[in-house]
Amino acid sequence: MMSVETEIRFKLNGREVSLKVPVAMKTLAMLRDKLGMTGTKYACGEGECGACTVEVDGRTVNSCLMYAVDCDGRELVTIEGLRTPEGLHPVQQAFVDHGAVQCGFCMPGMIMQAKNLIENNPGLTREEAQRGLEGNLCRCTGYTKVLDAVEAVVSGKSCGSRP
Amino acid sequence: MPVMPDFELLRPDSAEAAVALHASRPASRYLAGGTDLLPNLRRGLADTATVIDLGGIAELAGIRVDADRVHIGAGTTLAALAAHPGIAAELPALAQAALAVAGPTHRESATLGGNLCLDTRCRYYNQSTPWREANHYCMKLEGDVCRVAPKSKRCYAAFSGDVAPALLALDAEVDIVGTNGRRTLALAEFYHDDGMRWLALDRGELLAAVRVPLAPGWSSGYEKLRIRGAIDFPLSGVAVALARDGERLAGLRIACTGVSSRPERIEGLDALVGQPLDDAALAQLEKLVLRGIQAMETTTASVPYRRKATPILARRLVTRLWTEAA
Ligand SMILES: Cc1cc2nc3c(=O)[nH]c(=O)nc-3n(C[C@H](O)[C@H](O)[C@H](O)COP(=O)(O)OP(=O)(O)OC[C@H]3O[C@@H](n4cnc5c(N)ncnc54)[C@H](O)[C@@H]3O)c2cc1C
Ligand code: SF4
Ligand code: FES
Ligand code: FES
Repeated sequence: MMSVETEIRFKLNGREVSLKVPVAMKTLAMLRDKLGMTGTKYACGEGECGACTVEVDGRTVNSCLMYAVDCDGRELVTIEGLRTPEGLHPVQQAFVDHGAVQCGFCMPGMIMQAKNLIENNPGLTREEAQRGLEGNLCRCTGYTKVLDAVEAVVSGKSCGSRP
Repeated sequence: MPVMPDFELLRPDSAEAAVALHASRPASRYLAGGTDLLPNLRRGLADTATVIDLGGIAELAGIRVDADRVHIGAGTTLAALAAHPGIAAELPALAQAALAVAGPTHRESATLGGNLCLDTRCRYYNQSTPWREANHYCMKLEGDVCRVAPKSKRCYAAFSGDVAPALLALDAEVDIVGTNGRRTLALAEFYHDDGMRWLALDRGELLAAVRVPLAPGWSSGYEKLRIRGAIDFPLSGVAVALARDGERLAGLRIACTGVSSRPERIEGLDALVGQPLDDAALAQLEKLVLRGIQAMETTTASVPYRRKATPILARRLVTRLWTEAA
């Protein structure tokens, strides 16, 4: 069948983007294959793992379960949007400091979800963080240090400090 | 990346327009949050030439709490449903069931309508095309024989949505829009006990809203069993609505999911009403739940396990609500 392409415009990590995408393309494929932004990971491709988590209008979703055309008029933040000229985002830095990163494959999704949880839930508890991260699977199974990192950010004990 | 089937994508701005578009295009499907449809399209379980995105229809959005009932648009996300203070306070089973679906990111996209219209599930069906091909397919799609019950003339794929049993226990009704206008059905009438035709929607009909009566004096809850504590579909899910009057049960409704091709409202519970909730009543309750469900080999967890566990899940939830209502 002929591929139908649609023109879309949206904000990606603060910059206006406009491009043509096939209607059947998922946001994940658009980011990685069309825009070359490979920070967002493709693992299961069917909603099981959370590796592809991105923020859309302030809410985190599985980008493998969202059509790219649906990005039209929205605001996306991906893992590439977290770092500033001053350095890593505090959540990224806390993950590094606490040794939460093993192979790293789940990390872009994990960090996007952790950042979103921390921003939207002042005083986030460890248990709430656990519930909030339950859609993000880590096959290196490093969940404890992830929760340590989140806790450190919430309690203000992290922000670039080395243990 | 695996190729997705290509199609035409339409975005109507009213329910009537959506229904008209559906009628004018034979192979079309509605898209809400896409968290069920996209995996199914990817696995070759759904085929479509036209996708009708319901996201632009204002009527499907929003929750309204009236004096005697709550009106919920079918496009409401499960995250919004679970976070709504009025629903958590008045209809806890509904909030708990919404929160029990999949994971946090899914619930940001997943809608109530999509959850109620969820495709039925089976371990021989929710597989990739090569897997199903190697197993010579099955009756639900592309094959002739049911792998679960080879002599059966019907499919037993399990309805596995978490929210439907809560709404059944809460006595909800649904508003449906079709080319011939609108109609309302009790949610119990919305489902058929058939894994291949489990919805009472006629072709192209759209689920627009759910209405749930507020019942002062009733409490409710939802519990599910799943392999992992998150993400997974229910092996069995139980919703209970209960009213207590002193030492006697004043009302009881139970509905189950994952253990039949439709969400099952348990029959015969009226016999327990007006009685104290003693051991004999609880034993009777377990029997009625077991009689009302039809777990088949549709999940990797065994049938005996699900048959044993479901009545116990119901008993525990009823006991908890009964105690809390004291
Ligand atoms: C990893 C994973 C885990 C999951 N776990 C669970 C779970 O534990 N429990 C659970 O219940 N579900 C689970 N799901 C399934 C799904 O996420 C939810 O059921 C969700 O609520 C579906 O809603 P949706 O809006 O995404 O539906 P969609 O995928 O958009 O639609 C689902 C179906 O309903 C039809 N439809 C949608 N809206 C309407 C409407 N208004 N009128 C008529 N037809 C309509 C669509 O055409 C489609 O056939 C899981 C999914 C994934 C990927
Ligand atoms: S119950 Fe039988 S026909 Fe239905 S999906 Fe499973 S194997 Fe196929
Ligand atoms: S790649 Fe999207 S959830 Fe796994
Ligand atoms: S760090 Fe390896 S998958 Fe999580």
